[in-house]
Parts: sequence; structure tokens; C-alpha cells
Amino acid sequence: MKRLWFLIPLAAFFALATMLALGLKLDPREVPSPLIDKPAPKFSLARLDDASKTVRLDDMHGKVWMLNVWASWCVACREEHPMLVEFSKKKLVPIYGLDYKDQRADANAWLANFGNPYDASLFDDEGRVGIDFGVYGVPETFVIDQNGVIRMKHIGPLTAEVLATKIEPLLERLKKADA
Amino acid sequence: MIPELGHLALWIALGISAVLGTLPMLGAARNRRDWMALARPSARWIFALVALAFVCLAISFIDNDFSVLYVASNSNRSLPLHYRFTAVWGGHEGSILLWLLMLTFWTFAVATFSRHLPEKVVARILSVMGWLAFGFLLFLLMTSNPFDRLLPVPADGRDLNPLLQDPGMVIHPPMLYMGYVGLSVAFSFAVAALIGGNLDATWARWTRPWTVAAWIFLTIGIALGSGWAYYELGWGGWWFWDPVENASFMPWLVATALIHSLAVTEKRNSFKSWTVLLAIMGFSLSLLGTFLVRSGVLSSVHAFATDPRRGLFILAFLVIVIGSSLALFAWRAPTVGLGARFALLSRESLLLGNNVLLVVACGAVLLGTLYPLALDALGLGKISVGPPYFDTVFVPLLTPLIFLMGVGPLARWKETTLPDLATRLKWAAGAAIVAAFLTAWLHGGVGIVGVVGLLMAFWIIASLLTDLVERLRPVGGMRSNVLHRARLIPRATVGMMVAHLGVAIFIFGVTLVKTGEVERDVKMGVGDTTEIDGKTFTFRGVRDVTGPNYRGAQGLIVVTQGDKTIATLHPEKRFFPVTQATMTEASIDSGLTRDLYVSLGEPVGGGAWIVRVYLKPFVDWIWGGCLVMALGGLIAATDRRYRIRARQTADAAAAAGATA
Repeated sequence: MKRLWFLIPLAAFFALATMLALGLKLDPREVPSPLIDKPAPKFSLARLDDASKTVRLDDMHGKVWMLNVWASWCVACREEHPMLVEFSKKKLVPIYGLDYKDQRADANAWLANFGNPYDASLFDDEGRVGIDFGVYGVPETFVIDQNGVIRMKHIGPLTAEVLATKIEPLLERLKKADA
Repeated sequence: MIPELGHLALWIALGISAVLGTLPMLGAARNRRDWMALARPSARWIFALVALAFVCLAISFIDNDFSVLYVASNSNRSLPLHYRFTAVWGGHEGSILLWLLMLTFWTFAVATFSRHLPEKVVARILSVMGWLAFGFLLFLLMTSNPFDRLLPVPADGRDLNPLLQDPGMVIHPPMLYMGYVGLSVAFSFAVAALIGGNLDATWARWTRPWTVAAWIFLTIGIALGSGWAYYELGWGGWWFWDPVENASFMPWLVATALIHSLAVTEKRNSFKSWTVLLAIMGFSLSLLGTFLVRSGVLSSVHAFATDPRRGLFILAFLVIVIGSSLALFAWRAPTVGLGARFALLSRESLLLGNNVLLVVACGAVLLGTLYPLALDALGLGKISVGPPYFDTVFVPLLTPLIFLMGVGPLARWKETTLPDLATRLKWAAGAAIVAAFLTAWLHGGVGIVGVVGLLMAFWIIASLLTDLVERLRPVGGMRSNVLHRARLIPRATVGMMVAHLGVAIFIFGVTLVKTGEVERDVKMGVGDTTEIDGKTFTFRGVRDVTGPNYRGAQGLIVVTQGDKTIATLHPEKRFFPVTQATMTEASIDSGLTRDLYVSLGEPVGGGAWIVRVYLKPFVDWIWGGCLVMALGGLIAATDRRYRIRARQTADAAAAAGATA
């Protein structure tokens, strides 16, 4: 019986190795979220660049918009950021940032350094709104329609492929439905 | 010709390492002295051959031999000479070659400084290290040959990653690798002892100086990496909980636990299976770190070009090395026995507490590093958990660890009593509380977190002083004996005290930076000023500068206090045309009590720039503390006891065993 205890390190290591082996193969991809096709949670947050201004969910009513969760401490965000800056230049959709569990100065510096694709960033320093949105980690991106319903969620950094094959067609459809 | 020579040297080294990995090990099992005698010469030859390969690659860089693919990818004619040399380890292939050079160097060192060890033990240790060298040589030759040719030969190279064109980068990787790979010595000692069945106090005594040596390099390497991130990344941060940083921090935590646990095994012959497990874990984490960094499974600021074949190879190597050593552990460790008993409250139990906390901390870092990967493996996407997680987890673990650091050295082996400890430490506790509140009050605005941090730093210092006083003036002792007694304190103990003092300095620095730093991002036109803590920063504009392989803009910021100019800072923004990369060079006025840190953000038109102006109080104490820790390690590693001949140590161990 005592011998079994000494097998624990080996067993733990093999579990780890299996995970690493899987990690070598897999790529990020979209997952279904319980929030898809549900109304977006209500929020009211100060803007990152100007703490005196507040943005609420109701302000967005009637337009299709994108919410991108990011943070200055997030390395994967640095990876997706250039893509997002390029995408924002197309002016297809208003992009709002949710600056998740961050320091205001760090976040502003980060945007100054790497470019700002956002119409505005909401400052969620305690991560409350992030939790309401079911954020696992950073970055994540949501597409929300005219009626405030979440239509899509993407976990992990956006890629050119996801933008071109998933998000842009979805935006087209949502806009047509509006017209 | 020269690259081919280097390539050939690696193949020959592969052959010799195969010999080293098998014959001496078999010789030890079958009592064949002739086979065991092969171990030392093989170890020396492998080191010489790998060093030759390294020199060949360095010559290719210095000669701008762009027919070598690796040189063409990591160098450029306009790259200054010293960076052409350091570019040898600026990419994947060269990094692995450097890693291998360090590994064979440690093997060489073990072969040279093991005269006092029994022949069989040396044969087994060197054989295990031969296996490691074989695996890495095979990895290098199969998947990452640095000597691959490139045809047609390009006119110029693609240049070294600008982030790495920095003096800090010249010594950071070699130091870190020395530490990483140095843990292979403790690992090999552990595996050899498991095979030979001679896991005892003598084994611990042999292992200690090697482990401490590796730990010193690891400490300095991590500190240098942190310092590099501080001034080179331009954000003023000194630790990002980045996967690559974590990969170096995890072995450090385990090596720290191992050093403490080895002390118990040596002195009291206890914790043997636990110590051997830590020795295996330490090097396993080094290998795991290599896998994480080199396979590209995690994204990071350090991301290198990746190749799935490499990831698969390292993973297979990882499974063979770690899997077999842990299997060996599961097989042999149950027969080792428990060693001397100890009471619930004793120096042993306190050190066990320290060990558990350090390993749990390591587990927390591992979890935070791999959690994103685990989600990815389960198909849940790539994410970062980041500093919020690590800060939340680390502080509760660190606090009891620091508390134990004060109590442990004063506790008696075998059994100690709470009233005794409380009496001896009451003054230290009182002094720490007073000093913490006094400093907080004088410094101002540190908050509760700051007071807790200061309390930890002063607690370490006060308990250290208590320990020192007790050693110098035992109850009823004579004052005139103080100097004599000071000389009697073993170097290992002095080293421990210095290293613990280093931790106090480190915590002091971290606390005051975290609570007192001012970070301001301001738009500044020519002549604009901003004021922090009575210091006026005046922006005098930007001029163009040209470097050997970059163009840049250099800002001029003058800092004045009252009428006096206290610093003139020249932050730069550099553009490297070959790699199309823009780098931020912060300009820092370092001081004992504060750094003035200025870096350029983006130009916003009309000669105005976004300028980052930071005041970082006591930030240099962070790295100073690390260096003091390393100094403590150096003092401890050079203790005379480790140089005593084998027979004496064996006798002493037998005697200790008999009395215990």
C-alpha cells in the first residue's frame, strides 16, 4: 500500500505529458457559450480614457457592435491586437473594449503604444462585468446585435481567418436583417 | 570548412556520449573497473568537442558567413561585433547549442572535482549525464542543426532580433542556462544514488555544493532577465508572470526547497525520499521549461520560431528522462527508510513546512502557466490568466514562508518547544512591528499591503539579528569571546544568513515599488513640464540619431528639483529597418532610493510625444536583493566541509547515524 504513494509523482507526470501532447496538436477555436442568443448582461462602466463618462448597455441599443475583452497584462492580446487595429480601419462595426482587471495607467499606455482600435474601452478593474459575460480569460470577443442579443463569442486571440470567415459574414447578415 | 568541422564535432560527441551513457553504468553494475574508467575521459572529450562546435559557430558569425542558414537568419553585416558574438545564442539552434555547452561543462566539472567520490558513484553520475548529453545532441542534430548551409548564399543576413541587442542579453541566457542545466548534476546524483542504493547523509553532502552552485546561477540569471525586461521592454515593469519567466522561476522554487531539504538529509539523515524527489523535480522543471519555450505551445513575449517536430522530440525526451527517473523513484525509494525521527515542532518540521510551501508555490505557478494550455488542449481556446491570478495566489503563500524563515534557523533539531521559541523571538517580533510601522509612517502612503510587506522584511532582519546575537553571545558567555565566536560560525550558516538578508532586501524593494510607484503617461510638446514628487520633468524635444543598424529618435528630458538639475535623460525610439521592428529604449536615472524612468511612446504631431514618466522608489533593491541572495549561496557553497576527503565524511556520517 505504501508503495502506491511513491507512484503518485509518476502518475501526475504522465497526466501532464498527455496534456502537453494534446497541446502540441490543438489550435484555438470557437466554443459554444451558454450566452449565445441570450440578451447581453446589463452593465454600466466608466470609460478607460475618461473616468467621468459612463457607458451602459442601453447606449448600444439599435446598433450592431463588437465587444473585445482585453488587458495590458495579457500576452495573447498583444498577438491579436495588430489584427484588430487593421480591422477597425474598415469601419464595419463599432468596436468596444472591455479592459479586464487592469490598471488604468497601464492600459492607456498600452493603447498609446500599440494603437487604439476601440471606439471606447470600458474600464472593468474588478472584473464584475467580465464575470457577467462569462469571460474565461483574456482575450475574448463578442458580437452583439441591435436588440442587445449576443450572437457570437470567440475565445482567444482573433485571427484574420476568424474575422474574414465568421465575423464579417455575421455582420453582413445582421445588417441585412436590419434593413 | 569551419561549419562542417563544428558539425562533425557534434556527431563525434554524440558517439562518445552514447559510450559514456552505457559502459560506465554497466561497469558499475558488473564491477568492471576498465569500463568505469572510461567515464572521466569521455566526459572531458564531449566537453572539448561541443566547445569546438560552439567556437566554430561563433567564428561563422564573426566572419559573416551567411552561407550558414542560422547565421543568415540571426546576423547582419551592420550588426556590431559584440552582438555578432552574442547572436550565437540569439535563436533556437544556438540556444540549444549553448544549453549543451553548459551541460557538458557541468559534466566536465563533475569529472574533475569528484576525486573524493567512490569510483562506482562517479561512473553512475557521469553515465546519467552522458545520457542527457546524448539526448540533447540528438535533438540538435536531428531537428535544429545550427550548421545547415543555405544556397544560394545571401548577400546579407536578416539581423538579430532587436530586443536581444542589449548588454543584458549578453549574459542573461548563459547565466540562466548554467542554472537550469546545473540542476542536472543534482538530478544525476539522485538517479545514481537510487540505482546504487546509497542514498544517505554522505550523498546529501556531495550534492549540496553542486545544487547551491546551480541555484546561484539561476538566481542571477532570473534577476538579469527581470532587469532586462525593466529597461528594454519600456513598460517599467520588472516581472510579468510570462510563461518564459515562469519556466525559470519554477526550477528556482524547487531548487530552493531542495537546498533546504538537503540540509536536513545531511544533518539528520531524514527526508531522504523527499529530497531525492525534489532533485528529480528540479531538473524535470528545467526540461519542462525548455519544452514550453521551445515548442511554442504557449504564446509569450519571448516567442521563438517554432517547429512541431521539435516540440514532439523534446516531449518524447521529457517522457523518457522524467518518466524513467520517476519510475526508478517509485521502485527504489520505498526501501530507503525514514531516517531520524523528529518532533511535531522542530527544525526539521519547520523546514518541511518551508519545503511544502515552496513546492505548492511552484505548483501554483505551474497551474497558472499550464491552465491556458489545458484549456487549449480541451478545445476551449487560448487565453492568458496573467498577474491577477499570480498576485492573488502568491501573497498568501509567501507570508507563512517568510514567517518560517525567521523561526526556522532558531529552532533546535529534533525537538523544540513553543515557549522557548516565543521567548527568544519576542524581541525580534516587537522590533519588526515597530520598524515596519515607523518606516510606513516616515515614508508615508504605503497602505495595509505596504505595512505587511515591510513587516515581512523587518521580521527577517530582526530574527536574523537574534540568531546572530545568540551565536555570538550565548547565555553566560563572555563579551571578549565575540570575535573568536564569529570566526567559529560555519560558512554555510553565514551563507544562509546573507541569503535570507537578500530576501529581506528583495521584499523591501518590491513593497516600496508596488505601493509608492508613480506612473504617468503625458502628452508633452517642447518645453512642457510634468511634476512628480517635487521633481520637474521638462521635455526639450526630440532629435534624430543613427546607430550602426538602426535609425532613431532621441528625446531630451531634463529633471530638476528646486534650482538643481538632477538628471538629464535620453530615451530613444529605435527603428531597425532589416527586421522592420521598432524598439523603445528607456532612459533611467538610477539611485539608491529611487529610479527616474522615462520612455517615449508615440509621436502625436507638432513635435509632441506621449512620454511615460515613472518614479520607481527602491526598485533597484529588487535586483540587489537577488544578488545578495546569490552571494549568500556563494559563501555557503565554499564551506570547507565540502572539501573534506571521502573517508572522513563517510566516517562522520556513520558516526552521526550511530548517535542519531
